[in-house]
Amino acid sequence: MTLELFLLSAAGLFAIGLYGALSQQSIVMLMMGLELMLNGVILAAAAFWYFLAPAGTEGQVLIVVVVTAMAIEMAAGFAVATAIYRARQVDMTDGAADLKG
Amino acid sequence: MVVVSWVLALAAVVSGFGVFRLNSMARVTFSLLVSFLAVAGLVLLLGLDYLSAVIVLMMVIEMVVMAVFMIMYMMNPAGLMPMAMYHNKAGAMTISVGTFVLLAAGILLVDWPERRGAPAPDPTFALGRSLMGEQMLTMMTLGITLFATIVATVVLSTGRGRYDRLGDDLDSATADDPLGGGVGR
Repeated sequence: MTLELFLLSAAGLFAIGLYGALSQQSIVMLMMGLELMLNGVILAAAAFWYFLAPAGTEGQVLIVVVVTAMAIEMAAGFAVATAIYRARQVDMTDGAADLKG
Repeated sequence: MVVVSWVLALAAVVSGFGVFRLNSMARVTFSLLVSFLAVAGLVLLLGLDYLSAVIVLMMVIEMVVMAVFMIMYMMNPAGLMPMAMYHNKAGAMTISVGTFVLLAAGILLVDWPERRGAPAPDPTFALGRSLMGEQMLTMMTLGITLFATIVATVVLSTGRGRYDRLGDDLDSATADDPLGGGVGR
């Protein structure tokens, strides 16, 4: 077990999630991409805690924050999806491009 | 340990990739769940058993909720009609591969510092102490944010609330409903 292995898998998860968040048209799939990016952040935080600073608890606290952020992202994302679907029957990101500048 | 960590890391990345490659929404959801479980396994390997259990419990429930919303909002939930649901695929691929190369270069080139100190005998106890001690501000911020999320999600997802039915001061004698109901409609 090395720090590099963990960080490389975390970077892989982050990049795949970024690809999904940028390329998916469906709002639900876009959120899956965001979740995958945060999944990578969890892995990186755990690896940094274990391999660099195991004496402190900051790495663990960061994981708690990220897990909470995932829950909030899901709840808020689905609430926004519900609101925009109710108002305009939009379920694709391309249907909600009003603010595109 | 080394073999297990390689297998889990590979499983996490491969099933994460499957999320955007598989056709059926059920398979996509479970692929994402496998990726989360593999990461939970890696976190467990690093000695954080409590946080690993939290990730497993949260993600199993979250993916089940996700599956319900998938069926509600996806145009093709069962994947019976293969269809492309992408936009700007080439640009997205370029950006994400570029991000990975940049991160990997950083990971491999940086001279990481030596490991300082040893984990506490009970990391969970140390986490609890720290959340109730010097990290109390973090904990309170999380609590307030979660509360704000509850309020915001209810407001956003309510179609017609009591203010729509009874007026801004809630003093209307009869509710303003599109269809009357009950006795004496």
